[in-house]
Amino acid sequence: MILWWIGDIVLLVVVLPVVAALLYGVLAAARSIVPSVRQITGTAAAASKDLDATALLLTTQDQVTQTVAGVANYGGSLDVILDDA
Amino acid sequence: MPAAGVVMIIAVVLIVVALVYFLVSTILALRQITSGLDQVIASVTEIVEKTAPVNEVVTSINAQLDAGVDLLEGLLVKKAGIVDALGLVDGLYAGAGSVGFRHLPESATLTAPRIGEIYTKGTLTLARLGREAPIALASPAGPALRDAAYASGSARKLYPGGRPDAAERLPRSPAIGGGAPVQYEQREDIGAPRKRLPSGS
Repeated sequence: MILWWIGDIVLLVVVLPVVAALLYGVLAAARSIVPSVRQITGTAAAASKDLDATALLLTTQDQVTQTVAGVANYGGSLDVILDDA
Repeated sequence: MPAAGVVMIIAVVLIVVALVYFLVSTILALRQITSGLDQVIASVTEIVEKTAPVNEVVTSINAQLDAGVDLLEGLLVKKAGIVDALGLVDGLYAGAGSVGFRHLPESATLTAPRIGEIYTKGTLTLARLGREAPIALASPAGPALRDAAYASGSARKLYPGGRPDAAERLPRSPAIGGGAPVQYEQREDIGAPRKRLPSGS
């Protein structure tokens, strides 16, 4: 009977607080991750939205190609018109 | 049942309740994390998809611009000579002359002349184009010699015997400053007290 009481005391005084403390630590760690994940979510969404303009790079590429082609045409004409040094 | 057994049951129940509460709370928090990470993965996937062609496009743009720069630099050096071309670039972008041209490494060692003090902007171009240029249509001095729309052969009338060839060696741009071949001495009387003339009486 004495051993049973000792077991009860150990269970209430040692095992229960230790289990509660460990589980509380795990829960606190898990909850601390949530706001960080929300911030990362907002940042990733904003970054994705910022990159919407990358499609315009294709327009830039076409414009640069046309501009360089025009410059090449003018350069060829200038090469004919102007005397060499 | 003895009292010790009752206490044991109560203790076990307390432990189980604590386990259930904390584990369920942890599960809920982990589910929130999983949901947030799903959204992050979706956004990151969008970023990856949007940036996938950037490398290829930017490389293509850089190649086109490199070709344009090479063309213009080569044309400039061919028409103006490397020294004057360097001076022209340096006049437009101060300090760029010290960098030189990309395909002419020796140009970085040359001293760029101060083109801006020799030619005003556009003077050389206008002098070369003259009244053959369509821009002269609006000249108050009269119509241009060349009809910009139809008279492609009118320019030949300026040179009935054919357009004269360029000189084998064109005169170089004048050198100014301390390296100029003609140095003008400063007059000593400038700034000095005026000489008093003798009175006529």
